[in-house]
Amino acid sequence: MLDYITSYLGMNTTPGQAGNVFWAVVYILVVFGGVSVAVIAMNWLERKALAHFQIRLGPMRVGPHGLLQPIADAVKLLTKEDIIPHEADRFVFWIAPLIILCASFTVYIVIPFGPTHAITDLNIGILFMLGVSSLSVLGVVMAGWASNSHYPLIGSLRSSAQMISYEIAMGMAVVTAILMTSLNKSGTGTLSMIGIVQAQQQQQIWFLFKFFPLGFISFAIFAIAMVAETNRAPFDLPEAESELTAGFHTEYSGLRWSLFMLGEYTAMIAVSSIAVTLWLGGWLRPFPNTLTGETWDLVFSLIPGFTFLGLAVIAFIGVKRMPKHPYFKIQTAGLAGFGAVLGLIGILLFIPPVRDRIQDIFWFVAKVAVFMYLYIWYRATFPRYRFDQLMKVGWKVLLPIAIGVLIVTAILGVVL
Amino acid sequence: MTDPTTYLSHLELGEPDKTFLDTNELIINMGPQHPATHGVLRVILKLDGEKVLGTECVIGYLHRGVEKIAENRTYTMFNPYVDRMDYVAAVSNGLGYCEAVEKLLNVEAPPRAKYIRVILTELNRLASHQLWLGTHALDIGAMTPLFYTFRDREEILKIFEKYCGARLTTHAFRIGGCQYETYEGFEQDVKKFLDFVPPRIDEYEELLTTNRIWVERTRNVGKISAADCKALGVTGPVLRASGVKWDIRKALPYAAYPEFQFEIPTGANGDTYDRYMVRMQEMRQSLRIIRQAVEGIPEGPIMAKVPKVMKPPVGEVYHSIEAPKGELGYFVVSDGSTQPYRVRVRPPSFVNLQALDVMVRGQLVADVIAVIGTLDIVLGEVDR
Amino acid sequence: MPWESPLVAKLKAQYGSGVREANTYLGQNYLVLEPSIAREALQILRDEEEFDYCVDVTAVHYPNREKPFDLIWILYSFARNQRLRVKTMLADGESFPSSVAIWPTANWLEREVFDMFGIKFDGHPDLKRILLPDDWKGHPLRKDYGIIQQDQEWVKANLGIESGQ
Repeated sequence: MLDYITSYLGMNTTPGQAGNVFWAVVYILVVFGGVSVAVIAMNWLERKALAHFQIRLGPMRVGPHGLLQPIADAVKLLTKEDIIPHEADRFVFWIAPLIILCASFTVYIVIPFGPTHAITDLNIGILFMLGVSSLSVLGVVMAGWASNSHYPLIGSLRSSAQMISYEIAMGMAVVTAILMTSLNKSGTGTLSMIGIVQAQQQQQIWFLFKFFPLGFISFAIFAIAMVAETNRAPFDLPEAESELTAGFHTEYSGLRWSLFMLGEYTAMIAVSSIAVTLWLGGWLRPFPNTLTGETWDLVFSLIPGFTFLGLAVIAFIGVKRMPKHPYFKIQTAGLAGFGAVLGLIGILLFIPPVRDRIQDIFWFVAKVAVFMYLYIWYRATFPRYRFDQLMKVGWKVLLPIAIGVLIVTAILGVVL
Repeated sequence: MTDPTTYLSHLELGEPDKTFLDTNELIINMGPQHPATHGVLRVILKLDGEKVLGTECVIGYLHRGVEKIAENRTYTMFNPYVDRMDYVAAVSNGLGYCEAVEKLLNVEAPPRAKYIRVILTELNRLASHQLWLGTHALDIGAMTPLFYTFRDREEILKIFEKYCGARLTTHAFRIGGCQYETYEGFEQDVKKFLDFVPPRIDEYEELLTTNRIWVERTRNVGKISAADCKALGVTGPVLRASGVKWDIRKALPYAAYPEFQFEIPTGANGDTYDRYMVRMQEMRQSLRIIRQAVEGIPEGPIMAKVPKVMKPPVGEVYHSIEAPKGELGYFVVSDGSTQPYRVRVRPPSFVNLQALDVMVRGQLVADVIAVIGTLDIVLGEVDR
Repeated sequence: MPWESPLVAKLKAQYGSGVREANTYLGQNYLVLEPSIAREALQILRDEEEFDYCVDVTAVHYPNREKPFDLIWILYSFARNQRLRVKTMLADGESFPSSVAIWPTANWLEREVFDMFGIKFDGHPDLKRILLPDDWKGHPLRKDYGIIQQDQEWVKANLGIESGQ
């Protein structure tokens, strides 16, 4: 038994490939926990960042600077009345959010946080991801249908039409990146997620910069399509409040609605991970080929620790600026504790063994975090597209450009 | 409750379709409570799929009988009621009413009062346009300009509060002039405001004017030709955006406007984007007027010689001003007593709202909300 | 004060006694016409005299007069930059031809006059109440309608309360 567990530690592959069920389950739980924490953090960050864009403060009361707000929201949603419309199809109504959730979470088994830090590495990794994340369209349609009311049905049909249209442009952009993986000596590319990042490492260039500007254009197409795919602003007409049809999740309340939101954020993180893996070099640190050498490696490996120390410093500045009123004692203490935890993590990340292991995960998470911030930034800045304009952009603008880029990349790949 | 299909009878509908998935004709109600109807407005839409075939507006939810009240109050007592109609641009309402009654009494406000009136009215125009911009952008989906415009509108409301004690329903003017002398530091405040605001307006423009999504949402949406505008009696920025260079401040000047130089911005197409540009330009022109006014306020009395108990001679008068929303007119009939015999308020939003049907035919459902926003209606004025 | 102008002369030539008064008060010109010729005159004003903008249609109630209602149009000409008031007197219950065919603006404006005063307009495409509920009884802006009067039947039936006061 113990052998089974420790035997994996010597190996240099993912648990899935090693066939080690125990470690696979451990990794799954870690990833699941990590994604849940990420969703909670994303919820908080969205409210805070959006508020700061709009010159207001956002949640400030629940916990210091609103840090406990997501927990309060979760408690509220859990304790809400569970309403099911009278004529609704109960089974479908119940299962729709579950389908979306399962589809969104299943893709995490192939996301690589490092060369061996993944649950498994399917050799059709990217295909698997795109395929499974498309299943959430089914959940959306089911949600609209089961609600038994005009507006959710129309909203869900629009949502699904939007998601399907942009998947095609996404697929074309992804194929372009995959094509670039085959530009090596043996001429074979790979669909496996870890293989794609290794191809970038081998070709010593992030695919973002390859055949500039082609890599960049395909990245841009994917970045736009992924925002539309997840029904976020500026493509959120189906779920906007001030439009006539209020979206497929109108009739859902309480816990079921929170499952939809969980599914949405999870899908956002998943597609951002695809973008990071395919174009931004996955877990590779910045400048892997121009700034090489022991010293640069060392410098970059210190960055995670400094990041957390920086966050701790910000937390302590916040502590200093808290009002001195006795009412705020608990909040101040909480914020100071939070800052201390961040600082401890930072110090922990300076220890060499930890430093080495955490590098890849840190860079991957940092890049995905940048995308998350961009999502919030788009929501704050852009007006909404009207539905027909949305479809026009997907079919008449993104798709032709994606196909064009694919063809030119293929030609350049053969020629060069 | 009444069957909604009876409303659209003049559009010659057939039997409404009973199956809700039938894509032929669908009647949808944008109910009185809706985040985007700027008040309690009910719009019944007849749709063919996504296209709008006809609309019917049901109004009157905010009808308070202001014109009836006017017949039971004296002229001065009615003054505060007037602010409550177009509560966003209350100062303009007061200006129109005071000037109408002054015409009946055949008095003229002294020059200093006229300048103060112009400054406050133009500040109010700016505030009204800022509110319009914020809510219109919000309807179309851009959440942030709302907060920026409201933050800047605060400065104007602070000036109002310092001047007359109220931010929104100001009751700033009296028949015969202004009651309150400008407070200590009024000119400095206004000048500081004039330096503070232009970069802010640039900020709003930067967020929206060249934004691809904004342009696509507003170009060719809600087009109305100049001929249609004139026929429907539409005035204000809507008329100007259709290409007609007409502004009551220039055509039939009142208060101190003849002494100021300013331009009348017009648009070419008459679509939502042009109305947006016209109102942005109007904001800048307002700043220009305020600057000229503030630099040249004459000294003198602020109130003309008006009897305490006002009994205008028998007669009637119609006076209109260029409110931020259009032509706001007051038709006051006097029978020689202390109470007006009839006060009719010609509300610009009421007449502009009629044009909604024409503007929205053939457009998509999502455009209806954009067009309601661009008409800049205030239900307090539509219903009185 | 009497108002002389080519417009007045032309109308007087055409209608003679139909044009009861043509005055100007405080610088504002107004015409008082007989109801029988008023509609045609409005048409002439739009077509020939370029009064293409109907600013307002409103009414005033003088209960002690023989013909209690004053129906007033306020017109404006863009080309001439002139404003004009046209008035006509109506008896109680007398209806008037609608001016919607001349100026589409008049659609809602006439509905409001009907709503508030009860003056019916023949030929109006959709004459029903605009500000008050459709089944309200009474016309509030008439002088015999009390200031706090409400249609109690409607209130009881639709709001479920005893009285609006």
